[in-house]
Amino acid sequence: MKNKIFRGIPASPSIAIGKSFIYSPKEIVRSSKRKKGEVAEEIVLFEKARHMALRQLRCLKVELKKAHDPVSARLIDVQLLFLQDPLFLNSVEKRITSRKESAEEAVVNFSEGLEKDFRDIPNSYIAERYLDVKDIVDRLLKNLRNEETDTELGSFGDIMIAESFNASEVLQMSKSGVVGLIAEKGGRTSHFAILAEALNISAVVGVNGVAENIRSGDEVIVDGISGVIVINPDEDTKRRFERKKEETAAIQKKFLEQKDLPATTIDGYSIDISANIELPIELPFIKKFGAKGVGLLRTEFLFLTSEDVPDEKEQYDFYLKVAEHSYPDYVIMRTLDLGGDKVFKTKVQEENPFLGWRGVRFTLANQKIFKAQLRAMLRASAKGNVRILIPMVSQLEEIIKVRDIIEEIKGELKAKGIAFDENIELGAMVEIPSVPLMADSFSEIVDFFSIGTNDLTQYTLAVDRGNKKISSLFDQLDPAVIALMEMTVRKAHHNNKWVGVCGDIAADIVAIPVLIGMEVDELSLPPSFIPQVKNVIRGLSLKECKELLKRVEKKGSAKEVREFLKEEMLSRFPSLKNILVEVEDD
Amino acid sequence: MFKKDAEIVNSLGIHARPASMLVKLASAFDSKVELEKDDVKVNAKSIMGVLMLASEQGDKITIIAEGKDEKKAVNSLVELIEKRKFDEE
Repeated sequence: MKNKIFRGIPASPSIAIGKSFIYSPKEIVRSSKRKKGEVAEEIVLFEKARHMALRQLRCLKVELKKAHDPVSARLIDVQLLFLQDPLFLNSVEKRITSRKESAEEAVVNFSEGLEKDFRDIPNSYIAERYLDVKDIVDRLLKNLRNEETDTELGSFGDIMIAESFNASEVLQMSKSGVVGLIAEKGGRTSHFAILAEALNISAVVGVNGVAENIRSGDEVIVDGISGVIVINPDEDTKRRFERKKEETAAIQKKFLEQKDLPATTIDGYSIDISANIELPIELPFIKKFGAKGVGLLRTEFLFLTSEDVPDEKEQYDFYLKVAEHSYPDYVIMRTLDLGGDKVFKTKVQEENPFLGWRGVRFTLANQKIFKAQLRAMLRASAKGNVRILIPMVSQLEEIIKVRDIIEEIKGELKAKGIAFDENIELGAMVEIPSVPLMADSFSEIVDFFSIGTNDLTQYTLAVDRGNKKISSLFDQLDPAVIALMEMTVRKAHHNNKWVGVCGDIAADIVAIPVLIGMEVDELSLPPSFIPQVKNVIRGLSLKECKELLKRVEKKGSAKEVREFLKEEMLSRFPSLKNILVEVEDD
Repeated sequence: MFKKDAEIVNSLGIHARPASMLVKLASAFDSKVELEKDDVKVNAKSIMGVLMLASEQGDKITIIAEGKDEKKAVNSLVELIEKRKFDEE
């Protein structure tokens, strides 16, 4: 069938057209059919496989360091030490020589015993290390069987399709020349999606059920701008997307050339445009895309990729790097926002994870982790312009507790003579409607607010975007969401506090006049969207944005708001047609 | 033989990164180096052994070395654990 269209979440704003490749990592079979050799032969086999594994891991470590991923690189360190562990080497040797096991049997049997021992460890962080053991064992078995370990992931011009990807897979795919990714799961902020964007690979994620409708080798279009996927396009559609690809590339190039011009409206109203980042690999993007500092530094990756809670030192190193990179501009560091869709290692079963133990609710209950993170941020504030942002705040009491903990840490640091910024700003995320409603009281504690529109929309409309039956109800331009945002800005400004917006809405071109119209002080967005948003702001006036906002307030639904704004924006910026208008279904 | 006690002071205990540091340091000495906690003794040059000890903040462990550089080995490890706190602070 020609022109089969799927829609997902656009995650990396470029268009790719290529050959599809369905990627599914193979499970390793742990039993072997190989005939056992003499003892000496098995020992040599094992040693060969082990040295090959050492070599492979050292190469991988270099790659990860190049990609500025010190956390993953450190995990490789543990695996390297496993491969040289005297306990491991002696035990395998004994199994081969005395018990007459084959090299494969010896490795498998040893690892099974070890996995059991690890699982018995009461400390869950350490117990999780059996995953490293499993990784190493899989690698050794592949080497022993002469199977390709790091199979080439895709080839030049391919578009990879999978349920999800991990970071090292995306790195390898980028090296093989893969041009696009389609994932059935994940969101715009999934680790692999951010990497894809960083590596200039088009990506559409969260495309439910796409894999069963596509075969390897099918031609496919990935439009990472609108989130559209076309399988087996006809000539006409293909030509249209090729044109769109060229045109958007040209317009993006133009925007990029003007990235350092200020985000000032025609009538002289200026706003800060900063970057949302999470991975070290994104650091160079702050300058590359003309961001004024970092408006949202997510810290979950430190916790999610390391399979281990990162210690204060590791966090400090990273925070300091970001602070120094952005200086003299600010970095707003958000404390750990785990829970809900992002599952922590010590699995917590909750009936309603999105209404459950996440964000500040989790960190206040795990003070050891929370304090280490806050201390690392405070220490980094000595050498940069650091602000602290607290996610998932719903009650005044929570932000008061956080403030007290920060004061306590400041006291400890002072006693030890460790430097930090005395006047470090503290902010609360506006994700739950209770915060705008109570913004006057919150203003007595916090220095600023940052509106996370994804969650604010979810909690205002009670819509889970991942639920297909109701996801059409989810729109950040819903009049109720706009009203809550306005309320936040009005109350905050009344109390001399400032307000930023760091949700997806800040990258949504049609929403820009609404945000300017309510006089938000700062917008923080994925780096690659910045030049485009700045360009749009320079073409608007505060006066007309205020008028547009007034007219938006009279609309009764998100659909009306969106259609109205789209039309208004297209009449002002005809060159944005490719970005604003999705391709029609055939 | 030379031995000394050390208290784990870094907040997260000997998890992966500190364990790697400890093993690398212990392996730099010729002496046999062992760690002991609650009657469990492990080889300090083995990452599995060190992790298996599952030492947390506040735990006391004994460092035991035997060989020509035993004193230096024990003292360096005590310094890593108590003074340098695995470079966490």
